[in-house]
Amino acid sequence: MVLMKMKFPFEKRVKLAQGLWLLSWMATLAGAFTFTLGCFLKTELRRRAEVMDNTEIHAVPNTLMIVGLASLGINYFAGRMCQDALDAGRFPRWKTFMQPYWGVSLLFTLLMLMAVIMSYAMKGNLESSLKIGLKNGIRFYKDTDTPGRCFQKQNIDRLQMEFRCCGNTDFKDWFEVQWISNRYLDFSSKEVKDRVKSNVDGRYLFDGVPFSCCNPSSPRPCIQDRLTNNSAHYSYEHQTEELNIYIRGCREALVNYYMGLMNTIGAGVLSVFLLQSSVLVSLRYLQTTMEALAGQENTEIETEGYLLEKGVKETIMEYVTPVLVFLQLNQVGSEDTEA
Amino acid sequence: MALMVVKFDLKKRVKLAQFLWLMYWFSVMAGVLVFSMGLFFKIELRKRSEMMDNNESHFVPNLLIAVGLLACGINALGGKICYDSLDPIKFSRWKPMLKPFLVSCVAFNCLLVLTALLCFLMRIPLQFTLAEGLKNALRFYKDTDTPGRCYMKRTLDQMQIEFRCCGNNNFRDWFEIQWVSNRYLDFSAKEVKDRIGSNVDGKYLMDAVPFSCCNPGSPRPCIQYQVTNNTAHYSYDHHTEDLNIWKRGCRDALISYYGGMMNTIGALVLLVAILEVIVMIGLQYVNTSQCNLANPEDPESESEGWILEKTVKETFTDIMDKMKAMSKGNAVEEGGVDGVATVS
Repeated sequence: MVLMKMKFPFEKRVKLAQGLWLLSWMATLAGAFTFTLGCFLKTELRRRAEVMDNTEIHAVPNTLMIVGLASLGINYFAGRMCQDALDAGRFPRWKTFMQPYWGVSLLFTLLMLMAVIMSYAMKGNLESSLKIGLKNGIRFYKDTDTPGRCFQKQNIDRLQMEFRCCGNTDFKDWFEVQWISNRYLDFSSKEVKDRVKSNVDGRYLFDGVPFSCCNPSSPRPCIQDRLTNNSAHYSYEHQTEELNIYIRGCREALVNYYMGLMNTIGAGVLSVFLLQSSVLVSLRYLQTTMEALAGQENTEIETEGYLLEKGVKETIMEYVTPVLVFLQLNQVGSEDTEA
Repeated sequence: MALMVVKFDLKKRVKLAQFLWLMYWFSVMAGVLVFSMGLFFKIELRKRSEMMDNNESHFVPNLLIAVGLLACGINALGGKICYDSLDPIKFSRWKPMLKPFLVSCVAFNCLLVLTALLCFLMRIPLQFTLAEGLKNALRFYKDTDTPGRCYMKRTLDQMQIEFRCCGNNNFRDWFEIQWVSNRYLDFSAKEVKDRIGSNVDGKYLMDAVPFSCCNPGSPRPCIQYQVTNNTAHYSYDHHTEDLNIWKRGCRDALISYYGGMMNTIGALVLLVAILEVIVMIGLQYVNTSQCNLANPEDPESESEGWILEKTVKETFTDIMDKMKAMSKGNAVEEGGVDGVATVS
């Protein structure tokens, strides 16, 4: 039972070939566009690589780049094929090429869809990566003299100023870490000694945040230290004060930024996927109509085109059965050897 | 003796016309580029208009926009003339217009060079504008409750963060003004009363800077308050401390930012002027080669093209003579009128 049969008189075939040629050029441009989107996303992820713990999220831009490059090749060949399609003598030379071509192009088109799904599904992965990365960033904020970590302070400060956020989950994360290096603490003063003694690990903890948490939109000069002490500052109440420092945590800010980026890219790639699918469907119809012409004297007769020669189930069985036979043979073989 | 004579046969004329048509299209795009640069410059000036005093002049970006539009028009017209030059019938319509068109091209090129010069020179008035504007901005930093000035704090903070600068000339400008609003000062505290009592105007002055002056590249947490007091902070010497707050003043930072932009725009306008001169010379060749066919009936005959009919000196003296003749003609007429008046 043939799938989606359509009749193609000569003019319709010619129109199909011409339309497909145009579509394949558009799809080539769309493939290049996908590649640049992948590059752009990768660059953006790399810029903040210091606050990410792992690079698993890079699978999304990597897939986009591979798919973009592959679709350039797929659509180039589609264009060449439909150029030859109008000449019945030249079309048969593509016959041996078609099987592997369909395999490769279906694989990469599915990969494109996978990339779109991944860009939505990997939000949790990104969030946990950022959680660990930011936690380390805040812990190593004071280590400006340790090789390998001396730029953590600068990175975290710039991040907080650019994304208008403070801390990991929120600003209170800064209260739990010592973010002032021991080099700048006067250990002979009573206040420092008290604070260091007041906790198990001997850390200098206090209710203050770095200057990069300050919000420029606040009407009053920034209050960075003794944040939870209302009496330390004139006319200040920390429960109702919203504009003084950034309340949002940097993890939330970064996740929102990257998810916004990936959603936009996902929508774009989805439309490229639809374009690519239409190219492949049209090419299949063109191939089957031209194959029906093989050996015919008159190249202007009407032919039929279809998507699949047998039904969907039968075609799948056709491909899967050899694999099953191979596996069963192996099983039988191993049983024999055991016996 | 004509200037730079070149012989043209039909093929060469056709090639010249085609090449020139292409160059005119490039010039149209160059005109669009000049227009967009003028627009960009205008937007950048507007973005920082609060840092400038009120009579800042937008003359240069307006001029760039006008010149860009004019360039598009003139070059489109020139391209059309080139396109028609290969058809003798169409070209004969353009012939009477060509000389005034070329003269206006010369004037336009002078205008382009003048615009480029103005771009380079605009730095000077900008310096004065910014000095005045920043001084006021610093004074109004604390007035976040005064209508019309409530966003000055945010604008100034964001600018100091973006341009990595502090104060007008340097960070000490903050020591001379009160940048903490009275709303947040506890007037019953001794420290506040001392500071206010210590100066004539009753301002709360301190040796401190806002948080936006802090340098993220500093290895130690930012020291904003008691910046000049070495004993207030552990292991701190304000004379040698470079990285704590930004040392550069915002006026210098903004001048170098705008200066760089204006230098680039000025250089690009000069390049566009050179392009215009080239297409103008090309058009003059097209004009003269078409007008001086060896055999006027045969459009395929050879011809000569030149830039100027006589040498530069002779052309110049010709123009001077014409101007003198015109002014003399006026004088004679006036003399005649006077004579008539006195007689009667």
